Amino acid sequence: MNQYQLIKLAKRVGLYALIAVVMVYAIFPFYYAVITSLKPSSELFRVDFWLSSLDFGNYVQIFTQKSFVRAIFNSIIVSLSVVFIALLLGITASYALGRVRFRGRTTVMLTILGVSMFPQVAVLSGLFEVIRTLNLYNNPGGLILSYTIFTLPFTVWVLTTFMRQLPMELEEAAIMDGATPWVIITKVFLPLMWPAMATTGLLAFIAAWNEFLFALTFTLTDDQRTVPVAIALISGGSQHELPWGAIMAASVTVTVPLVILVMIFQRRIVSGLTAGAVKG
Amino acid sequence: MASVTLEKLNKTFGHTHIIKDVDLKVADGEFVVFVGPSGCGKSTLLRLIAGLESITDGELKIADGVVNDLPPRERGVGMVFQSYALYPHMTVYENMAFGLKLAKMANETVDDRVMATARILQLEELLHRKPKELSGGQRQRVAMGRAMAREPRILLFDEPLSNLDASLRVQMRNEIARLHYRLGSTMIYVTHDQVEAMTLADKIVVLRDGRIEQVGSPQTLYQQPATKFVAGFIGSPTMNFMPAELMHKTVSGSNEGCRVTAPGLGELALPQDASGESKGASLSLGVRPEHLRLDEAHGDNSFEIVNIEYLGNEVYVYLEPKVGETLLIHRSEAPSRWTLGQRVALVPDLEHVHLFNGQDQALTVKTTRAVA
Repeated sequence: MNQYQLIKLAKRVGLYALIAVVMVYAIFPFYYAVITSLKPSSELFRVDFWLSSLDFGNYVQIFTQKSFVRAIFNSIIVSLSVVFIALLLGITASYALGRVRFRGRTTVMLTILGVSMFPQVAVLSGLFEVIRTLNLYNNPGGLILSYTIFTLPFTVWVLTTFMRQLPMELEEAAIMDGATPWVIITKVFLPLMWPAMATTGLLAFIAAWNEFLFALTFTLTDDQRTVPVAIALISGGSQHELPWGAIMAASVTVTVPLVILVMIFQRRIVSGLTAGAVKG
Repeated sequence: MASVTLEKLNKTFGHTHIIKDVDLKVADGEFVVFVGPSGCGKSTLLRLIAGLESITDGELKIADGVVNDLPPRERGVGMVFQSYALYPHMTVYENMAFGLKLAKMANETVDDRVMATARILQLEELLHRKPKELSGGQRQRVAMGRAMAREPRILLFDEPLSNLDASLRVQMRNEIARLHYRLGSTMIYVTHDQVEAMTLADKIVVLRDGRIEQVGSPQTLYQQPATKFVAGFIGSPTMNFMPAELMHKTVSGSNEGCRVTAPGLGELALPQDASGESKGASLSLGVRPEHLRLDEAHGDNSFEIVNIEYLGNEVYVYLEPKVGETLLIHRSEAPSRWTLGQRVALVPDLEHVHLFNGQDQALTVKTTRAVA
């Protein structure tokens, strides 16, 4: 083997080693959560990297808890509502921002972007007052409202860049055919915007599904809570025991649907996110 | 079917004045072509008629009604776009039926109309395909079908052939001409290609900087261009222009015509009426490539041949001009006895010479003489 081949081999080995490091770094915590969730609580603190036996006790435990099942249900309601409202408002707003010429369009776009820079904590107290005034405290409505506020800027931005790429003549052809703006959006643009909608919709869903701070602040009772809060509040037999097994089982349960969704839409997400970057 | 009348039509975008006082009458059933260099406002004018742009000032009538403030669907116009702009997610049938369905027509009527249109355009086999499965020419036909299906009073075409390759363009040009003959509907067509304009139009409208330069039949525009711009724009290869000086306002022995001198060509007696010009005025002499003859060089009349293009049926000979940069072109039937580098004399065909004054307006031939 000469030097050139050696260097080539070393490069190749290095590459795979790097990939392995990244994989372990990214996946290990999740993998360990899965393992932990499948262990009986007696073996919880023995460090194992492989599973010796399967124990679904933790899963049985969380699913027999009424409040956890209720929390999943709440999360689904809240997340789907956020996605639906964000996409509806996002599509209509992006039509206006991407297609209608009006004064101050750039200012509006920049304001939307600027607003999304604020951290959640900064608006927490203000938003709390708003939600109290609207009588949405301890109500999924309050969460839907606050999540939509944070999701909308991103949704509007991505959809606007996508909308701008759709050829102008397509819209004009529809106008010649007698279509109103609503018909243009629903019958002509919507079918062409699925990749962008899948991307933004999924990201909005994930954000709403995982959100913790607002969910903790704006809910009070068990039957209004969403999953992240419910998991955090899972308690053990005494105040000195943290039921890691149940917490891990719950975490895995709520993450798997997301993983599946992302797998299904992964190609769409990439094409949707790069839509504004390079000409297709 | 209907006539279209434009009266003092104006369009401004912000501070840019795109269309300036355009007056035009398009008769019922006429095929009118707007032609001009890019940026002359021809597409804007078409979009004003379509209703895609608002009219800043002036009046637009279709048939006898003013339509300034009507939306496109109420004007009864159909439009074919340059990029076809077919709805990518709909089949050919759905593309053509879209406008009809939006007009809330009964399903049978929609079906009848689409099938009838498809028959005219030979699209029956393709009705269930999506646009991406069609060739360029087929897409073009679908775009025309979509515009026609609603049976508009006027059909508008915005550079419909510029996305096609050369041979397909000729074929589609023919199809559009035959379609106009069969339907007899009013059509307005925008192009920057003067060959399309010449071959399709009943009437050509030459636009320049938002104004109408000349309106007329292809023959009129070719034989009697009103301005130097039209003379240079219509015809391929383009007309040769040479500077000339007005020597006498009349030809000796008569009170008509004029005498001019041009560098290299010497003194020429022309039939144009130059009585409006002052003696010694600098004019522009225009000669089409086929109205030049080449002869053995003699004296000052000696031009060098710098390039020869052989096109099979004809030959273009390019000559170094005495003044300016633009090469002079001579066109004749093949074969040609001239060779590169040779010096030759230019003999213009005086019957067909054009003369333009300092404002680029054509000097006309007096009618008494034209009849004779």
